[in-house]
Amino acid sequence: MRSVIDVLDLSVEELDELIKTALDIIDNPEKYAHVCDGKKLATLFFEPSTRTRMSFEAAMYELGGHVISMSEAGSSSAAKGESVADTAKTVSCYTDIIAMRHPKEGAPLVASLNASVPVINAGDGGHNHPTQTLADLLTIYREKGSFENLTIGFCGDLKFGRTVHSLINALSRYGNNKMILISPEELKLPSYVKKDVLQKNRIPYEQTTDLVGAMPKLDILYMTRVQRERFFNEEDYLRLKDSYILDVKKLENAKEDLCIMHPLPRVNEISIAIDDDPRACYFKQVLNGKYMRMALILKLLKEAGTI
Amino acid sequence: MNVDSIQNGFVIDHIRAGYGMRLYELLGLDDRDVSIAIIKNVQSKKLGKKDIIKIDADIPVDLDVIGYVDPDATINIIKDGKLVEKRVIGMPEKLVNVIKCKNPRCITSTEQELDHIFKLTDKNNKVYRCAYCETKASK
Repeated sequence: MRSVIDVLDLSVEELDELIKTALDIIDNPEKYAHVCDGKKLATLFFEPSTRTRMSFEAAMYELGGHVISMSEAGSSSAAKGESVADTAKTVSCYTDIIAMRHPKEGAPLVASLNASVPVINAGDGGHNHPTQTLADLLTIYREKGSFENLTIGFCGDLKFGRTVHSLINALSRYGNNKMILISPEELKLPSYVKKDVLQKNRIPYEQTTDLVGAMPKLDILYMTRVQRERFFNEEDYLRLKDSYILDVKKLENAKEDLCIMHPLPRVNEISIAIDDDPRACYFKQVLNGKYMRMALILKLLKEAGTI
Repeated sequence: MNVDSIQNGFVIDHIRAGYGMRLYELLGLDDRDVSIAIIKNVQSKKLGKKDIIKIDADIPVDLDVIGYVDPDATINIIKDGKLVEKRVIGMPEKLVNVIKCKNPRCITSTEQELDHIFKLTDKNNKVYRCAYCETKASK
């Protein structure tokens, strides 16, 4: 049974196919309004989520399907000590596809190995969040028309940001891109990502602490939050936090067609004054996430022979 | 130092010096009620120094464990006091329940019945990563 646990589970051709489907859904929503009639998606969220859960649920409803879920992790059998494997086997009896978020890394993989229906990883701890990457990719495609010949700046917490690692992985499979890694020393991209992904794929990259200096080169700016708890001492945090808050002044030298992205939730790392700037794409990402989840649900249900 | 030749069993040879005890532990040889010799820091033309483990019994051993601890180690199979086969193990592609994932956020930390699976992700640098959370194995 085909599941999607990591964005790398999908080939470049499959990503192209998902984007094509998502674009068709955007143009012809009525064509897809009943393709999942009578089918059920289970959303198993073992930790809080707003966007991802609602996005999956909205996606299934817009395909004509139904959603079943547990109200909270504390009310499920997991609270009684049921294993992920048993939960997956049980829920498979009720549904056609499962979207799972779990605080433990690897839990959706365990679910996929035991479920008799497809499982989509909706985020496992700090590990993978493939459908966020799908949302990011569709946003880049819609804004830039391609995944090639781009200079992409990743800014903020590049050490712990799973969405950053995942998007770097996905974009490294396309040609002629350049990455600029903008972060405080404490939160630099881990060396294994640089080595296993960037160097292995011969992707040119530069590391800097200077967001303003990098700004004029960027086609895409992917912002993430610099969190207080990631620093060893408060002084360093206070010294650095404002350097990575995007405001109108920092955008002065940015390209006219810069695409500003953020996986959200935002705290204060992008000034709300930028929300009205046509270059702000982070709420478009949210919408694109729903379309890509629709495309993914369709693909997996088709491959499973359910629709 | 003299260690008697073995009749039926095997000799794990060319173990990098200092890795013999680790291999002994990971193979679970401590629990075996058979004659076993661990010889440390033996002079070796090839390695300078090496460790050797001799097991005088035909017991099953997990070759993946040997390949993981030292892929250049060799195993000599002895029958009736004679060498009948010599093998270089090499690095296994997958390890099942050989080592444990130390990431406290990994699903294996809470679900005890799960197999601890590691996959070889970088042969040149001998890197194994947890199949569930991709945390790098620490030797």
